[in-house]
Amino acid sequence: MIVVNTETAPGHTIVAVKGLVQGNTIRAKHLGRDIAAGFKNLVGGELRGYTELLTEARRQAIERMIGQAQQLGANAIVNVRFTTSAITQGAAELYAYGTAVVVE
Amino acid sequence: MNQLLIQIGPIGVFLLLGFFVGRWRERRHFASLNRRERQFTDVGIVNLKTVPNPETVRNAVLVSGDAVIATDYFKGFASKLRGIVGGEMRSYETLMERARREATLRMLRQARDIGAAEVWCVRYETSNIRSSGRNNPGVSVEAFAFGTAIVRD
Repeated sequence: MIVVNTETAPGHTIVAVKGLVQGNTIRAKHLGRDIAAGFKNLVGGELRGYTELLTEARRQAIERMIGQAQQLGANAIVNVRFTTSAITQGAAELYAYGTAVVVE
Repeated sequence: MNQLLIQIGPIGVFLLLGFFVGRWRERRHFASLNRRERQFTDVGIVNLKTVPNPETVRNAVLVSGDAVIATDYFKGFASKLRGIVGGEMRSYETLMERARREATLRMLRQARDIGAAEVWCVRYETSNIRSSGRNNPGVSVEAFAFGTAIVRD
């Protein structure tokens, strides 16, 4: 499955457009990470726990999007975009969407 | 008098810790960013959408990088005061810069790992992880950089 954020898949031609596909994850902050982050918030610096959490969540959102595209019979997803929305104080939704197409 | 000391003591310690250790960590981070960016001059990034010479493209892959950075206690405290009078918040400017540059470096590393020398259609997303609270005026932000890495024949 080719996944790109350009409007076309470079090096391929789009022969069919299958439609918009999406994947999302809603993740809650977990208390343990929050406590460790508490100290980092004193001295500043990178919060690795959160970075890993968000990277993993996005990867899952992308996988769900790829799953939808496969169901439609597409072999590529173009024009992928991401958004993040805070749901409550402790949770955020990571959303990935793109257009599923058939390329050759 | 003792009561007052007990109340402002911890805040004073945090401010000092935040100021000295925070400033040292930030300087170290910027030095690290400068050093690592010099190693990535072979990978070019643009935010243009159309890839030229598409017939020479062997592979096009989505690459991304993200980083969550927190400010220190002193910067958070100073920014709260700044928030009262208004004006430019320089403390947060360095925070955003650090987060974006770190995210970009991670995206470049992913691109180089697959053998790409160009990343096209680069976009940035930032989100607020933690706003300043009563007990801790520091904030954390996440910067996310993504683009399409192009491997040519």
